[in-house]
Amino acid sequence: MNDDPQALLPLPPVTFHILVALADTDRHGYAIIQDIAARTDGALKIQAGTLYRSIQRMLEQGLLVEKRTRPQIGEDDQRRRYYRITPFGRAVAQAEARRLAQMVKLARACGFVPGKA
Amino acid sequence: MRFYRALLRLYPAPFRVEYADEMMRVFEQRRRDAHGFTGVLGMWLALLADTIVSAAQTHWDISRQDVAYALRTLRRAPGFTVTVLLVAALGIGANTAAFSLTDHVLIRPLPFYQADRLVSVWQAHASGGYNEASPPNYRDWKASATSFDAFATYTKVSSNLVGQGEPERLEGVSATADLLPMLGVQPALGRTFTPEEDRDGAPGTVLLSYGLWQAAFGGDRAVLGRTVTLDDEPYTVIGVMPRDFAFPTRDVEFWRPMRFSNDFFDDRSNTYLYNVARLRRGASIEQARAELAVISQRLAHEYPKDRALTGAVVRHLRDDISERSRVLVLALTGAAACVLLIACLNLANLLLARALVRRKELALRTALGAGPERLVRLLVTESVLLAAGGGVLGVGLAVVALPLLTRLVPPFMPIALPTIDLRVLGVAALVTLLSALAFGVFPALRACRNVDAVSLHEGARAGASATRSRLRKVLVVAEVSASLVLLVASGLLLRALLRLQSRDPGFSPAQVLTLRTSLPFPRYDNVQDRARFYEHVLAQTRALPGVTKAAYISFLPMAFGGGIWQVAIPGRTHPDNERRSVSLRYTTPDFFATLGIPLRAGRDVSDADGADGPKVAVVSESFARRYWPGEEPIGKQFEVAFFLRTVVGIAGDVRVRGLERDSEPQVYVPHRQIPDRWMLFYAPKDLVVRSSGDPVALLPALRNIIHTADPQLPIADVRRLEDIVSAQTAPRRVQLTVIGTFATLAFLMAAIGIYGLLSFAVSHRAQEIGVRMALGATPGSIVGMVLRESFVLAAVGAVLGLGLSWAAGRSLQALLAGVAPTDAPTLASALAMAMLMTLLGSVVPAWRAAHVDPARVMRAD
Repeated sequence: MNDDPQALLPLPPVTFHILVALADTDRHGYAIIQDIAARTDGALKIQAGTLYRSIQRMLEQGLLVEKRTRPQIGEDDQRRRYYRITPFGRAVAQAEARRLAQMVKLARACGFVPGKA
Repeated sequence: MRFYRALLRLYPAPFRVEYADEMMRVFEQRRRDAHGFTGVLGMWLALLADTIVSAAQTHWDISRQDVAYALRTLRRAPGFTVTVLLVAALGIGANTAAFSLTDHVLIRPLPFYQADRLVSVWQAHASGGYNEASPPNYRDWKASATSFDAFATYTKVSSNLVGQGEPERLEGVSATADLLPMLGVQPALGRTFTPEEDRDGAPGTVLLSYGLWQAAFGGDRAVLGRTVTLDDEPYTVIGVMPRDFAFPTRDVEFWRPMRFSNDFFDDRSNTYLYNVARLRRGASIEQARAELAVISQRLAHEYPKDRALTGAVVRHLRDDISERSRVLVLALTGAAACVLLIACLNLANLLLARALVRRKELALRTALGAGPERLVRLLVTESVLLAAGGGVLGVGLAVVALPLLTRLVPPFMPIALPTIDLRVLGVAALVTLLSALAFGVFPALRACRNVDAVSLHEGARAGASATRSRLRKVLVVAEVSASLVLLVASGLLLRALLRLQSRDPGFSPAQVLTLRTSLPFPRYDNVQDRARFYEHVLAQTRALPGVTKAAYISFLPMAFGGGIWQVAIPGRTHPDNERRSVSLRYTTPDFFATLGIPLRAGRDVSDADGADGPKVAVVSESFARRYWPGEEPIGKQFEVAFFLRTVVGIAGDVRVRGLERDSEPQVYVPHRQIPDRWMLFYAPKDLVVRSSGDPVALLPALRNIIHTADPQLPIADVRRLEDIVSAQTAPRRVQLTVIGTFATLAFLMAAIGIYGLLSFAVSHRAQEIGVRMALGATPGSIVGMVLRESFVLAAVGAVLGLGLSWAAGRSLQALLAGVAPTDAPTLASALAMAMLMTLLGSVVPAWRAAHVDPARVMRAD
């Protein structure tokens, strides 16, 4: 597997959103969908097929790992699969965020974005 | 719920196994959260769209991995890969090229407006055939039939074009004004004919072909309204036809209006018109046939003396292509299909062998968790990749081969020459995909069945492969039979060609140059004017160094088969069914000597045989035999072309109608005995010159002589007589080359197939062979064992193949010139070739088997 975060950039938006959703806690599939919907004020509602295809690729790329143990006893359905971001996943997310910030800076500089230059 | 589970089947199996449950759970929650009708509907729509898109993407992910993997493994086996690519390319290329020909000649509609409603209307022949129609029939059919929207007619003409650089001889068409509108063709420039222009006495107008416009007028748009001279008559250019328009044949360079004066309508036996009609919308060709049958019965009643001449034959214009051309194109398609079949059989065999070799690898992948479905998918991806590579190469081959194939397109068809276009590429892609499935899926399924951990152990190989090797034997038998069919077919065609080439044309074609100077009328209406021209040209030609003989004649043998007249013998009654046709030629003296036609008795025509002298003729031996068997023919009299003539000489028979057809007996009449202004069609126009060296070297001098005699006269059709004779068999040589190439490919591939099977079997049975040798078997007996196996297969294949060859030979009969489909020498040599092929395929494996080192193979386990 490639261990240079830059090699995966730019990330597909769904991948980036999944990484963001897993930044602070492990989640199962539906929780990821809900989290993304909440963060985007309902604008982005990912469907199951897109989600799991992305997850499959992210597992292969080493951005995520599947977690067999539940986060808290009795809290949730124990059969569910939880996903956790890996250190590499974090590095990739940060690299992507830096890339996006750089883009926004460029956009500002030429007046595409209202606000300070 | 159940519906969603069914939808999940769209995903690849491994993905489904992994995530289906999770996705079901997400789905449940989603549904719980959706409220109201619109909410549920929206959820379903979003779900459906997402499932389809992401399922396709997931498949794509896997295929990409598989392709990458397959490319890696194929690169590691370059020998195998190159073989497969080549074999696939040959099969696909042969079929692509053959299809483009079939498509253009047999399938595509003609390039005219609603071409399926176009029919040709011929005059029925008493013999059951049909030929061109006479003007009165054209007039009466057109006036009475209601099944047609339009009914046009045309005839072929050729004219001298003077005044545009060198005088030129042009092929053209004289057509009624409704022909071009009926075909739905607009001129590229100008207009087509008005109905007034095809009336008798109207000023001459002409449409030019795009090619003539470019060549003779430099594509000048100001050509409209210009006057050109065709056969000494002025014609105003009114238009130029589009570049891709051809009718009725590709060589036509101008169209001018057809005119009938009233006396044209007297004779129903004067047949020279080609009728083309458009079926009324809703009218079927059967209705048209029925209606014309009624009309011709009425005509037969009205004109009792012409009762045998009023029948009509209606055919789809598309079908006016000779049976031979059709059989040829179909034979080509069949041969190509055979090659593809053998290619696929061969590839299936190769892949099967490879899959067996790869059992360990496959078993390893199974052990690592890949299901059988996954493995099949991987192997099929590999074969699709191979086929696609073969397909690309194959299309390349087809592009290279197409110029050869276009020579098989009948020259009289009004179609563009075949090209590789999108349609053909589509078929090539389809053929590629089908062959990939044919040679890939089956071995993949076989290979992946029962792949389990046991296969990981080397030893478990002999037993499991018994059924597989039986399957591979069946494939080899099929290859041998298919290649035998092609060998026999090309053998039969070769025999037919040889038979035709060995036919004596009746003259000796070597060292004779021919060219045509068509005398324009009315300038040369009178015999005296023509005689002056011939004498001038012939005298000067004979004076050229190297020229031994020279003469002028109406038409060269083999170049023109028409000019047929009925003869009558005074004092005899001729029953209706008696064949009385002869081919009539007018000639200057020395024609027989120039062509090397033997004069068996009597004398040649002479310049003393003038218009005022007694009418004489030289006839061919078959003529004398037919009318005066056992009698002395010299001095006998017969009537032909309006006069009673006396036989003064007997000449050898000539194959006027070419090597393939029977010819009428020949009658030669001195040209000075053509009455003035009569039978101008027969006025000698073909010059023949025999030389002692290369006859073509005479051409500049000949041009000079003719130019001095008449500066306005074009020189056309300069050819060696040898070329005219060899043109007779040229189409057959092309056919043979093409089918023979296919047969050679099939032969090689079948040999490779046998080689592949045996060498695999030998390496597989090395242990057994080693044991046998350790027990005292000699290398000779081992070789015998291997050869016996291959010859049994070859024999089974040959028996099946002979049966199929017989069927193929029968369907080829139209092309065989009388060679029987069971022609013994052909069958025997094809069988010998099949045995040779078996031997070729077996030599190396047999040698290898004989050199197995018992000590080594037995230690290996």
